[in-house]
Amino acid sequence: MSDALLTLSGVHTHIGRYHILHGVDFSVPKGRTTMLLGRNGAGKTTTLRTIMGLWRASQGSINFEGASIEKMDTPDVARAGIALVPETMAIFSDLTVRENIVLAARDGPPDERRLAWIFGFFPALKKFWLSRAGTLSGGQKQMLSIARAIIEERKLILIDEPTKGLSPAIVGALIECLQELKRGGATILLVEQNFRVAQEVGDLVCVMDSGRIAHAGAMADLAADDKLQQRLLGLSLDSHQ
Amino acid sequence: MSAAESQTLDAGAALPQQKTDYVPILLPFALALVAYPFVGSFSTWLTLTLAGLAMGMMIFAMASGLTLVFGLMDVMNFGHGAFISVGAYLAMVAIAPMAGYAHTDALGPGLLALLPAIALAMIGSAAAGYVFERVLVRPVYGQHLKQILITMGGLIVTEQVLYAAFGPQINPLPRPEALHGSIDFAGAAIEKYRLFVVIVGLVVFALLQFLLTQTKIGLLIRAGVENKEMVEALGYRIRRLFVGVFMAGSALAGLGGLLWAFNQEQAHASMGGEMMVLTFIVIIIGGLGSVGGCFIGAVLVALLNNYTAFLLPKAALVSTILLMVVVLLWRPRGLYAVTSR
Amino acid sequence: MLLSGNPPRGKLLTALIVLIVAALAFAPFILQGSKPLNVAATICVFALLVASYDVLLGYAGIVSFAHTMFFGIGAYGVAIALYGLGPSWTSILIGLLAALLVAGVLALAIGLFSLRVQTIFFAMVTLAVASAFAVGASQLSWLTGGEDGRTFSTPALLRPGYRLVENGPFGVEINGRTLTYYLVFFGVVFLFLLLLRIVESPFGRVLQAIRENPFRSEALGYRIVVHRTAAVVIGALFAACAGALNAIWLRYTGPDTTLSFSIMLDILVMVVIGGMGTLYGAIVGAAVFVVAQNYLQALMGVAFKAINAAGLPFLAGFFNPDRWLLWLGLLFILSVYFFPTGIVGKLRAETK
Repeated sequence: MSDALLTLSGVHTHIGRYHILHGVDFSVPKGRTTMLLGRNGAGKTTTLRTIMGLWRASQGSINFEGASIEKMDTPDVARAGIALVPETMAIFSDLTVRENIVLAARDGPPDERRLAWIFGFFPALKKFWLSRAGTLSGGQKQMLSIARAIIEERKLILIDEPTKGLSPAIVGALIECLQELKRGGATILLVEQNFRVAQEVGDLVCVMDSGRIAHAGAMADLAADDKLQQRLLGLSLDSHQ
Repeated sequence: MSAAESQTLDAGAALPQQKTDYVPILLPFALALVAYPFVGSFSTWLTLTLAGLAMGMMIFAMASGLTLVFGLMDVMNFGHGAFISVGAYLAMVAIAPMAGYAHTDALGPGLLALLPAIALAMIGSAAAGYVFERVLVRPVYGQHLKQILITMGGLIVTEQVLYAAFGPQINPLPRPEALHGSIDFAGAAIEKYRLFVVIVGLVVFALLQFLLTQTKIGLLIRAGVENKEMVEALGYRIRRLFVGVFMAGSALAGLGGLLWAFNQEQAHASMGGEMMVLTFIVIIIGGLGSVGGCFIGAVLVALLNNYTAFLLPKAALVSTILLMVVVLLWRPRGLYAVTSR
Repeated sequence: MLLSGNPPRGKLLTALIVLIVAALAFAPFILQGSKPLNVAATICVFALLVASYDVLLGYAGIVSFAHTMFFGIGAYGVAIALYGLGPSWTSILIGLLAALLVAGVLALAIGLFSLRVQTIFFAMVTLAVASAFAVGASQLSWLTGGEDGRTFSTPALLRPGYRLVENGPFGVEINGRTLTYYLVFFGVVFLFLLLLRIVESPFGRVLQAIRENPFRSEALGYRIVVHRTAAVVIGALFAACAGALNAIWLRYTGPDTTLSFSIMLDILVMVVIGGMGTLYGAIVGAAVFVVAQNYLQALMGVAFKAINAAGLPFLAGFFNPDRWLLWLGLLFILSVYFFPTGIVGKLRAETK
């Protein structure tokens, strides 16, 4: 694909003695939202962490905008234009919401217009602007974690299970946010267990199984094909509604 | 859960209370109050309290770097005491040519005489810290056992190098004249030098707090203490930050060593190792990684040390151990638990 | 057989161990004079002390700075009993039992209190407790003799004046000193073999498993704190025994011979140079260290004089025999870096 922003080819990752990724191949095209689905333990989080350089690929290559990044340190990967919203959210709970955002804006003070835009879909962040992030609710922490990734324009945003453990109302707000990002032309790689979210925001989909990509195609095709869903994802789909 | 969660989405929800934990801050005051009836006389109590505060400031300077380095990178430097000794010896070197200033009674020149000593002690210890980090800490990064052994080895070697370079004797290190003697206040003799140390300590603490809360570097340090992986994922090179913190911590230990050496009016290479025990107790009490906790812990330990040294001279060090045990029984991770470790 | 089914492995290593043990066993007959015999006894005591420390460091992965405290408790226990109750075997027994009780309780308390958290925490706490103990021991002078320590007499059988055989093998007189030496030697051999049994038992294997992978071990149902605390207690008890033997040999116990931090450093150097996690490393480490302590210092004295004579007093300062800790410290750092398995590890690797 000529418009691929990120391409993984034959990526293997070991964590300690465990071999987690067994040759992952896929690309993330520019300006689209690619879903990364799969059962627990399929290697989705490991894939994101490997892209980010938090775990080192033991084999294979990761290509971002024509340059290989698999040997880069995490800060350099981030500076190449990739942002991560980790599964654990990893907000700095001792710092205020404002301070979290200030740190996320590497290139200077946070841009007011962009901040206003974020407050548009995450009003809670404005409200608790000066509160310690540790006092936020789970959903608000997730919003803060996403806000950190988008406070400056990044070329690629990696998001790991943003809806995990959140109430439907907040999931709705997150979907809205993701769609707003898409309208702005963002490229997103989204790991998700919630099929409803996947269906609503995904353009393309890769399904992982045992450390490999088992299926890649359009999200709409997968959504329409019950049998394929059943085969690739088993029961994990509906159980996470 | 869902009701509460969705409520916080709209603006009408209650503001989550941001509770600052004040209890530890009250402890030193409580200790001073409790000690008063035992000491009996007000003037003695005031003298002891000031001496305790001064000692607390010095221990704080020595320990603050240690706790930050641990918080940020999970590195416990068992050789941190080396910088205390280095600071003391460098103070001795720098004060020698300033003898003219040091011998006048006037406060201005007296303090001026200290300036080059403070500068040399801090810069020299920072440089020593850089070497230490490069040579000893970095190669065994992430391996606790080796870390403890190697940094301990570093302490021995530094101590011995100081002995080799300056001789094994205890070196007299008189304070500048201006900081000798005391001021009378409410019948108590307030030693000028202790007052000076308290002021220096408070300034250092205020600067550190300002740095940690008001500057981006400070935010990065605090964020790194909590989750260094995420700091890297935001695009910051935490290694460089760590080296900076290590050097700054060493510089502060050097300053602490200088203050302590002038307090004792002598410099000796084993000072560092001797003070290490107190710094460890202090940062354990304060909560590993917490600068505020370290400050309170230092003041608590030093006050207690001074009161017991007066009331029960033989129980001073044992009392600090007991204090540590009591604090840990109350809060197993210290007064302020900032790291998850 | 003798080595309880856990041979040293490796021909060179076995040869070295046999050589050291044989030399120690026949020391009174090979070595003339009191100083060499003193060196041999010191090696014996430290071999046991270092081996007991190795249970913590090498097997359980725990760094403790309180090992000299337990060593001191053993030494003071015997010293105080012999001094207070008179020179009898009963006094030794009472002193030893009291010391074991104190050491065990203290180790239990420290372990339960601070092993819940990580290695570093335990290291810091033990350092603090040990230094407080050292200060306390020198202050309680009515009990411990303070800085001067306690000099005492041992039972008649162990006194130098007691002569068992005037003209023994090799024409050597077998007297009370010889008997004391063998008491120390066989005491150490017995306790060392007991330690070997312990580390080779299922308990020892669990300790190693915990060190390798605490999470997995916990998942398998091993109670980490219990096992680690048990290791600390065992280490403490054996260290106290080593202390008791040391006191009997020296007929003196003071802060400098038992509690000082420099002895703690000696133990660390011995265990690292000998080889962690092998127990045999303790024998090799203690032998090499104690011999080197004399040899290296003598060598430095020669260098010191030569460099001083060459008119370089500053440089000479580094070779002053008093600065031998400098070189030992460097050696220690380099061994931890490049030589983490110590002499024993190297010898095993050579002959594999």
